[in-house]
Amino acid sequence: MFDTLSEKLQATLSDVRSRGTLTEADVNAAMREIRLALLEADVNFKVVKSFTSTVKERCLGADVLGKLNPGQQVVKIVDEELTALMGGESATVDFASRPPTVILMAGLQGSGKTTATAKLARYLMTEHDSSVALAACDVYRPAAVDQLVKVGGQVGATVYEQGIERDPVDIARWALDQAKRDGKDVLIVDTAGRLHVDEKLMDELVKIRKAVKPTTVLLVVDAMTGQDAVNVAEQFAGAVAFDGVLMSKLDGDARGGAALSVKAVTGKPIMFASTGEKLDQFERFHPDRMAQRILGMGDVLSFIEKAEAQIDEDEAKELERKLRRNEFTFEDFLSQLKMMRKMGPLQSLLGMIPGFQGAALKNVKVDERELDRIEAIILSMTPLERRRPDLIKGSRRLRIARGSGTSVQHVNQLVKQFGQMQKLMKQLGKGKMPDLQAMMRQGR
Amino acid sequence: MARDWSDLFITDGARPATIGDGASLADEPERRRGFFKRLRTNLSKTREALGAEIQATLLEGDVDEDTWERLEEALIMADVGAATTARVVGELESEAAGGAISGGEALSRRLAGMLAEIARTGEDRIDLRHAPTVIMAVGVNGTGKTTTIGKLAWHLQHELGLKVVLGAADTFRAAAVQQLEGWARRAGCEIVSGPEGSDPGSVAFEAVRQGRELGADVVIVDTAGRLHTQDDLMAELAKVRRVIAKQIDDAPHETLLTVDATTGQNGLRQAKLFSEAVPVDGIVLTKLDGTAKGGIALAIAGELGIAVKLIGIGEALEDLRPFDADDYAQALLT
Ligand SMILES: Nc1nc2c(ncn2[C@@H]2O[C@H](COP(=O)(O)OP(=O)(O)OP(=O)(O)O)[C@@H](O)[C@H]2O)c(=O)[nH]1
Ligand SMILES: Nc1nc2c(ncn2[C@@H]2O[C@H](COP(=O)(O)OP(=O)(O)OP(=O)(O)O)[C@@H](O)[C@H]2O)c(=O)[nH]1
Ligand SMILES: [Mg+2]
Ligand SMILES: [Mg+2]
Repeated sequence: MFDTLSEKLQATLSDVRSRGTLTEADVNAAMREIRLALLEADVNFKVVKSFTSTVKERCLGADVLGKLNPGQQVVKIVDEELTALMGGESATVDFASRPPTVILMAGLQGSGKTTATAKLARYLMTEHDSSVALAACDVYRPAAVDQLVKVGGQVGATVYEQGIERDPVDIARWALDQAKRDGKDVLIVDTAGRLHVDEKLMDELVKIRKAVKPTTVLLVVDAMTGQDAVNVAEQFAGAVAFDGVLMSKLDGDARGGAALSVKAVTGKPIMFASTGEKLDQFERFHPDRMAQRILGMGDVLSFIEKAEAQIDEDEAKELERKLRRNEFTFEDFLSQLKMMRKMGPLQSLLGMIPGFQGAALKNVKVDERELDRIEAIILSMTPLERRRPDLIKGSRRLRIARGSGTSVQHVNQLVKQFGQMQKLMKQLGKGKMPDLQAMMRQGR
Repeated sequence: MARDWSDLFITDGARPATIGDGASLADEPERRRGFFKRLRTNLSKTREALGAEIQATLLEGDVDEDTWERLEEALIMADVGAATTARVVGELESEAAGGAISGGEALSRRLAGMLAEIARTGEDRIDLRHAPTVIMAVGVNGTGKTTTIGKLAWHLQHELGLKVVLGAADTFRAAAVQQLEGWARRAGCEIVSGPEGSDPGSVAFEAVRQGRELGADVVIVDTAGRLHTQDDLMAELAKVRRVIAKQIDDAPHETLLTVDATTGQNGLRQAKLFSEAVPVDGIVLTKLDGTAKGGIALAIAGELGIAVKLIGIGEALEDLRPFDADDYAQALLT
């Protein structure tokens, strides 16, 4: 396993502390590591170049006598700059003042457009209560229409298709008429995959764009894309001026540097993340989390930083006392859970804990959805129930399940798990509790 | 020397080289020229030709610090990756320093040679002498498995006169079976499929069984796209393989991993984890008709010793070619 960027930087800059200042040579050595890490993450070469020169400027003037060591100081600057480049706010699609809102999907072959079309439909139907129709404009790939009909049907969207004999531009125009006639709120137009250098097909896309005048054009980009992402993005931007990007296949282990490259060269925000083959594996994109991902897991600094910001020392002591005396309640559990989640996705948090990297992490899979469910269940409990889980029986369970949009089984499961946890803590309490604070200090 | 189809496939030789209505193998050089012309016009019309940059910096003026940096840049931009790039450029630099090569032209020739050497690794042919030979296509989602199978089936049927049966073992993705059916129709071959959601292993088993029964020369099994990080799905792949081996001892004889040429450094992880789950015999580098160079295949060859065997250069039946290490090395620098 390769070491993490922060470890490398700490090694590179290990003797700086005694001297107290970063010399030009130190910074150059650090920049080399950063450059390699970003290239490894598939950030475009040119973007890396301009990025490292910005970071270098800041590092040269940086104060390294603070509580962070020089390596951490550099990582912190990198993280800040990366986050700034990714853009802070998460952007989303616009809705037309007069429906239907038209969304045009575009991208390379196999990038995930058709899947994303159905996912976006499902998202808009559930989050915005929209009525959504899909237009099948891929007449080239074998069974592309069947695929859209199928996934569209699975999410309950109407699919407008006319087989594969007609011109895609005509189908798009016809589908828009249908959407208007049927009073749909949203029409999402699925198109065939095309190479950004295929003049004929790019021209077709431009014509489709003119025909349906989309409110939003989305470029679907595979998270595993390498250096070519900028060429693709620039060409598509030139042809159809897309408004935002949908990153697909983010469920894998690709660092996703393409996201940064595309954002850097086009200035267009990444709007959505597609994170699996199932149609509910889709969410708004969080630019701030992406910076972290590009730098890689096991990033000690951000763990320390975030932990410092979130964990109040007194609170930690109080918690420890409660655990020892077995007074740990659902109330405490909820506040712990919330605190942890404020620090970012749990999976990456685990990676930040020193000694928890590599092999150990590989087998730990954290399902964020499961955590959402747990939170919802606890929130649906009354304060009394949170303190006295033993009261949660019969009709209370049903009420909590309804309130949290889960099932009685889920509630049962959580209560049971919580009981086991309490038991475990009691045992731990008798022995020595792991010292959370000490564990974090180790990372410095 | 460029590589022909006849260099890729090992056949028993008894079979006539041309059957069916495809062009004969004798036309091959002609068609190859056509392909490279097509690839080149595609490249040149698109961008500030990366190659021109390299050639210029290598050929013009003195070789200096800048030369090496630009060279690194070119390879990185081709997705070769930092490690392999550092290795190649370092080696070239020390050879140049030792006086073994001098002058830009000699240098770029040597570089192309080095890249081709790395790309040329392990067994790079496909043995079709089993009866039937079972080929399994695996890879990450959307990389081009199904399309490659369609093209390969067409080539085997029309150019080599072999009887091909396809197995639609992607029982998961919406309309995956219909897609393969479309290709079977185009290629003019049989297809064995099962209901959606059924066990991929049993479809593969059935395909091989029927392939034997029908006297097929080649059975090609399509599998669902999956990410190399999905342990359960990787285990499923290993199971499909085992099930096939129940029919024919040493089958599948050829497991081909499709890698999309636009893939960046993650491609190395893909190749590594897929080959841990099932022995991967070769790479199909797809979508080389775009502007991506597919440099990750060089890293895969260099680090894992898995050779590229086929390349995809488009979405039509005839857009599949045997991989040629020299041409590839040249293209990385052109
Ligand atoms: N793991 C994973 N797979 C995905 C994701 N999105 C799409 N896929 C898969 O990627 C493959 C290609 O997806 P499609 O939606 O068919 O891609 P497309 O862009 O419409 O492809 P073309 O129409 O051929 O250009 C399919 O196997 C999908 O199931 C994702 O977020 N994660
Ligand atoms: N330009 C180009 N497109 C290709 C090539 N090979 C495949 N494609 C396209 O890439 C897309 C995905 O190809 P598929 O064959 O469906 O890929 P797959 O790996 O079977 O996908 P899943 O089964 O969904 O994982 C389709 O639109 C193909 O037409 C190629 O060599 N060049
Ligand atoms: Mg599609
Ligand atoms: Mg497929």
